[in-house]
Amino acid sequence: MSEPLLSVRNLKKHFAVSGGVFAREVDRVHAVDGVSFDIGKGETLGLVGESGCGKSTTGRCILRLIEPSSGEVWFQGADVTRLGPDAMRALRRDMQIIFQDPYASLNPRLTVGAIVGEALQIHGLAKSRKALEERVLELLETVGLQADHMGRFPHEFSGGQRQRIGIARALAVDPKLVICDEPVSALDVSIQAQVINLLEDLQEKFGLTYLFIAHDLSVVEHISTRIAVMYLGRVVEIAGSRDLYDTPLHPYSEALLSAVPIPDPTVKRKRIMLQGDVPNPIRPPSGCHFHTRCPIAKPDCSQRSPELVEKRPGHWVACHYRG
Amino acid sequence: MAEKLLEIKGLKTWFKTDDGVVRAVDGVDLHIDRGETLGVVGESGCGKTVTARSVLKLIDMPPGRFEAGEILWKGRDLIPVPAQEMDKIRAREIAIIFQEPMTSLNPVYTVGDQIAEVLRQHDKLSRKQAIAGAVEMLRLVNIPNPGKRVHDYPHQFSGGMRQRVMIAMAMSCKPQLLIADEPTTALDVTIQAQILELMQEMKDKLGMSIMLITHAMGVVAETCQRVVVMYAGKVVEEAPVEALFGNPRHPYTQGLIRSIPRVDRAAAQKERLEAIPGSVPSLLNPPVGCRFAARCKFAMDVCVKAMPPLKEVGPGHRVACVL
Amino acid sequence: MAGSTPVSLTADPPVAAASATPARKARFSPGREAWRRFRRHKLAMASTVILGLIVAAVVLGPLVWRVPINEIDFSAKLEGPSLAHPFGTDDLGQDILARMLYGGRISLAVGLAAMLVACFVGVLVGAIAGMSRGSVDAGLMWLADLFLALPQLPLLLLIIYLFRDSLTKVLGPEGGVFVMVVAVIGGLRWMQVARLVRAQILSIREKEFIEAARALGASNSRQVVRHILPNALGPVIVAGTIDVAAAIIAESTLSFLGLGFPPDIPTWGRVLFDAKDTMDMAPHWVLFSGGAIFLAVLSINFIGDGLRDALDPRRVL
Repeated sequence: MSEPLLSVRNLKKHFAVSGGVFAREVDRVHAVDGVSFDIGKGETLGLVGESGCGKSTTGRCILRLIEPSSGEVWFQGADVTRLGPDAMRALRRDMQIIFQDPYASLNPRLTVGAIVGEALQIHGLAKSRKALEERVLELLETVGLQADHMGRFPHEFSGGQRQRIGIARALAVDPKLVICDEPVSALDVSIQAQVINLLEDLQEKFGLTYLFIAHDLSVVEHISTRIAVMYLGRVVEIAGSRDLYDTPLHPYSEALLSAVPIPDPTVKRKRIMLQGDVPNPIRPPSGCHFHTRCPIAKPDCSQRSPELVEKRPGHWVACHYRG
Repeated sequence: MAEKLLEIKGLKTWFKTDDGVVRAVDGVDLHIDRGETLGVVGESGCGKTVTARSVLKLIDMPPGRFEAGEILWKGRDLIPVPAQEMDKIRAREIAIIFQEPMTSLNPVYTVGDQIAEVLRQHDKLSRKQAIAGAVEMLRLVNIPNPGKRVHDYPHQFSGGMRQRVMIAMAMSCKPQLLIADEPTTALDVTIQAQILELMQEMKDKLGMSIMLITHAMGVVAETCQRVVVMYAGKVVEEAPVEALFGNPRHPYTQGLIRSIPRVDRAAAQKERLEAIPGSVPSLLNPPVGCRFAARCKFAMDVCVKAMPPLKEVGPGHRVACVL
Repeated sequence: MAGSTPVSLTADPPVAAASATPARKARFSPGREAWRRFRRHKLAMASTVILGLIVAAVVLGPLVWRVPINEIDFSAKLEGPSLAHPFGTDDLGQDILARMLYGGRISLAVGLAAMLVACFVGVLVGAIAGMSRGSVDAGLMWLADLFLALPQLPLLLLIIYLFRDSLTKVLGPEGGVFVMVVAVIGGLRWMQVARLVRAQILSIREKEFIEAARALGASNSRQVVRHILPNALGPVIVAGTIDVAAAIIAESTLSFLGLGFPPDIPTWGRVLFDAKDTMDMAPHWVLFSGGAIFLAVLSINFIGDGLRDALDPRRVL
């Protein structure tokens, strides 16, 4: 891999759970519990896991939309977590985010033109009103919308079109890294493919780097170069996308993959059924977080926490017994 | 041929709104045989949920209205059946489970009370007997420690467990047909696999039929015997599952199947997703001809003139397309 | 999207809306758009006309209808409407129309000014509380609760006894009382607005579009002014219009207790209270003064509804 564009090191985020009369901190949710990965320039890293595994929180911590509790996020030679407000604001031109819900992520009271042009105004990227308008038009065309959409409000658009508006907004500042937080999971199947294709085209056209967060493994596998699998706040496996699907090493990745329904009735697979639910992240299991549901767990799994180790070239796994 | 348990003929369920009449279901024909699982697939707004709710007459009237058609339950039309009698058919003969296990349970009663209430509505039981019955039902759906969990409130259950409770409730009167409306959409893949397996198990144990409503082609391929594909309020294709995936005849079905990324395909076969352009037409003033014509790459002049009727193209395989 | 309930079916044809609306010009002003939408709200437009007439009447009326407000004529007391006295006369034979035209200025001014005070303080307190979590929020909401719990009438009495004289000295008898009444009414009605604004902000600031604004580098004040407050406006406008009505009525209460404006200043509330004793003999007195308050309050409420809808682009108008 070339020089990484983004390096996340031991990122942690603990949310305080308050209770009692004086709203004291009574517990902590370990949403992100020591996550490390690199993303190379121009590649797409998929971040998958079930709800509550901390994948969205990780994405937001990188952008500091949520302040991380500890850890480092290196981007273009600087640790993002230590930047002051002004440096952070400048950095936002290089890192952008696309959201899951195309209904909640657009301000209903602003026109499409105002939404897409907002970043240009904030960063003073347009010299005149006319330049601003021209740039917004260009952006709308880039994502497949039309000029006359500029004066309309978000509610006049379908889900897929709204997601295009959100993408145009993120592209306005010419970012280098775009964090896609479940960008297609709220869309209809036939619209999903449109948006995925658009994201791939844009990556090629502008040389973008994506962190693609999703729970749908087939979508992630399709779009990603490499994939990181998360479970209860930790990365359990990182590997090249095809590598992961052909030879998943971590028992959790294996189970997750086998649970994905395949739209072909002639394919019959052996399914690894996981027992029970994801444990409560307030009190995650000791040792390896997965040992309570793991089909190959041994007694010491509940004692020792496995490190993420490169067991094969470019294939990192956090398991004592696999690989 | 197997006995037709439920047969819907030419059903039209329309809604009156301020903007005009929304033709949510606009001439749907389908049937379910005893002991089979029928998948009803389509995107949001295609009328699959309204069809399901029409069967149980769970549509608010007004604004809804049955414009035409028959819903034959074991040969008897349900549309003219008075509300009181309908109450008896619901749950005892036809049960339904919904997408949102979070909101379908009443948060202020224990799950035991809620299941017991259903049991007592349909059989004369003492409170004690009913609670014992509820424990039995929870055991049936594989909830660990049912004797204790029966006294828990819905918020103490996880999403997957709540869906199990919903299934227990639906099963409690041993219905002949279970309508499952997107039962796993809100759940993670590993939990989805558990719930689908549970539904299969219930079906085998109780010998009922299932009408599975979903937008996920993968789920259909793995669980159903026959499939009905809906688009904009109409059935566009109906086929046994192998025929539908092996030889989809309607361009919409083909598009749906091809637009999903496939986990099981090797990288060499991986290409750009085939997206269906455009979005779902409005049901306020649906086009006169084939509703898919505007997005169909094979559309011809005849397509815009009249909606093609369903015609037989193979054993049990019917399609509404001129091609 | 998967959740296709009948509700979303009826309320969710965005594609239709997008393709059905004729192509509008790319350049257009949101202000003009709001005005276009407001004009389509029939009740609000009618109310605007009525309120406009009332305001014009009280502002210009005394210049046209030059009957003095305090000309006592016992020979013509409690007379019904006639050409000489279109609204009739009161128990001292004074012309009701002249009195109401004069008093209406004060009533409307008190109502509007008190509403502005209440909304300003309320939005300010609510916005600060909503944007700053923790002790500042808790403290401000505590203050709001405290004000809500205070017995209002005794407090009014106390404030007026304490400050009336000093204020009258500085600002003159009418100006002093005006400032005091507005401050007292406005100062006791900001709490609801503050709570509304805070609740709105708490829910809106969690929305993804606020996160999007932060990701774009929008400063805190930009987030509040451009994204949060406009979305929190609807309920504030409605609460504000209700406050106008409440302030007009509160002013009458004060005047009635002899604590507001002096009795010789015929605000609408004052006229109404004076009229209540002779309701059976001279119903016109009650009807005209009550009707004026009723019309003004009702039209302000409808205008509020119209504004709320016109400023919300999601509503189809």
